Amino acid sequence: MTTPTDCHFSESHEWYRIEGDIVTVGITQFAANELTDITYVEMQDDGTSIDKGESLGEVESVKTTSDVSSAFVGEIVESNPAVVVDPSLLNSDPYGTGWLCKIKVVNASAENLMDQSTYDSKYSV
Amino acid sequence: MTNHPSRGDRPVEPLVFEKHVAGAYGVDFPPLDVPETPVPHRVAGSGVPLPSIGQHDVMAHYTHLSDRNFSVDGNFYPLGSCTMKHNPRINEWAASLPGFSCLHPLQDEDCIQGALRLLYETRTMLEEISGLHEVSLQPAAGAHGEFTALKVIRAFFTDHGQPQRTVVLAPDTAHGTNPASCTMCGASVKQVRTIDGHTDLEHLQEVIAEVGPENVAAFMITNPSTAGLFDPSIKEMAEIVHGAGAKVYLDGANMNALLGRVKPGDFGADAMHYNTHKTFSTPHGGGGPGSGPIAVTEELAPYLPVPQVMMADDGSFYLDRDREKSIGKVRSFFGQFGVLVRCWTYISACGPEGLRHVAETAVLNANYLAVRLQEVYDMPYFAPEKGAFCAHEFVSVPQTLLDKGVTLIDIAKRMIDYGVHPPTMHWPIHDCLMVEPTETESKHALDQFVDVMLQIANEIDQEIACVKNAPLVSDIARADEVGAARKPVLVWND
Repeated sequence: MTTPTDCHFSESHEWYRIEGDIVTVGITQFAANELTDITYVEMQDDGTSIDKGESLGEVESVKTTSDVSSAFVGEIVESNPAVVVDPSLLNSDPYGTGWLCKIKVVNASAENLMDQSTYDSKYSV
Repeated sequence: MTNHPSRGDRPVEPLVFEKHVAGAYGVDFPPLDVPETPVPHRVAGSGVPLPSIGQHDVMAHYTHLSDRNFSVDGNFYPLGSCTMKHNPRINEWAASLPGFSCLHPLQDEDCIQGALRLLYETRTMLEEISGLHEVSLQPAAGAHGEFTALKVIRAFFTDHGQPQRTVVLAPDTAHGTNPASCTMCGASVKQVRTIDGHTDLEHLQEVIAEVGPENVAAFMITNPSTAGLFDPSIKEMAEIVHGAGAKVYLDGANMNALLGRVKPGDFGADAMHYNTHKTFSTPHGGGGPGSGPIAVTEELAPYLPVPQVMMADDGSFYLDRDREKSIGKVRSFFGQFGVLVRCWTYISACGPEGLRHVAETAVLNANYLAVRLQEVYDMPYFAPEKGAFCAHEFVSVPQTLLDKGVTLIDIAKRMIDYGVHPPTMHWPIHDCLMVEPTETESKHALDQFVDVMLQIANEIDQEIACVKNAPLVSDIARADEVGAARKPVLVWND
């Protein structure tokens, strides 16, 4: 799967799609591959305030459990119920139906994040 | 019936439910000596769906299962961070003495003086080993010890007019229990970066400045760290934390490397827990039994839980339940008494010199294995030529082998074929094996382990299929872990 060009990426392998003051978050294909089969997803409740670097939730695979951290300050406004029912969506479609949550952010600036070509050159799948 | 066919010479053992025979029973109840009264339906419901089986069939079932046990008694068990050492049989002898095992916790203090003396002596021995002022034996296991000590620290700060200190710092290699205990205590956790397995002091200072020194309650550190390294800058770290007015908490999971050599109180710890089941040898695993005494400084001691075991002026022993500032009770009765008997026995049998040898040999054994394996199993932190030795365990990221087309799980599964319990995996860093041989393995056993690991490396070059398909000779092949995690079947349904 190709890495989408309309997203920004963190060193800890989250992707962020910025649309106005709403940012959709997921984990990258690279992260999903490294985690191997994802078996469980639990996100913070809607309405939770999030600071930069704080955990939005966690993703568990047969190998390990990882925090999903936020590069933005804001509030979780929606999380994806489909991935809770079927965590394998994170493996099969991480940039699409496997999205994790949406944050209403205070400042949607993507500084300190990588664009697609930088991320791909660092972490090729 | 059970889905996996057996591959060994033993048939697959069915579930005990599959052995149900209607009307069978295993024991005769004694004749009723009270009037017969029906059990109310709200209590009995429609009955408990337990299988009916004869006594011999029950014995056979559990004997077959026990034959399949993998245990430290029969095999090498280098599970990093878990300290799976030999459990001397004298511990079991002591714990099963009727004077201990038949006690009732509600007996009067004057007829349990021996038990109280044992608790008191365990308390003082653990105080001595920690270099700290006072020990509470109450917590039931390590994580419970963390929780209790954090409560104590919280009570101290509240009592000293600083209730806002609710942030706890922990390195990114911390045991998972550390952040969990903080959350249980209502504290928030901030991660501190590590570099090459050591806490990054600059980042520690940055994080303290970021959250505000006046908001930091404690820094939780494991030393030797979970990467198997003794952190030589521990005193500097403690100075930074104390400079912020906060406390240093030592996760004592790795005390096996320090016994008799280093006292945590000397390097600046204000509070710590022991895992006596690990360090002082009680058979453990699969959830218990543990025991997690905590040791604290004099200023934290008034807040320890009750009851506390004390010695009176006349040399008798009693339980002090009247401590004004105590956080209260954290467990029923006196803590994990049976495990503490084993702890007392182990410490007493070893003596001070013996405990020192435990730590020295544990560290020597780990370094011996690391030296013998390092050419084949890459080790990110181990460089003895530069003075970078490991403590009582070491981490390998066997990238050279992984690049040949196997996964870490393949290597681990192949170890099962050779009768070795796979080490801790993927923690504290990605794609790593964490090996803790402990002091009780002989050189012969260590050499055998090296042979196994080199053999597996050789197989990856010569006949990779046997590694990729391992285990080949265990009763059951690889279980469907993904299926089990995604669609668990936890209730018997026929």
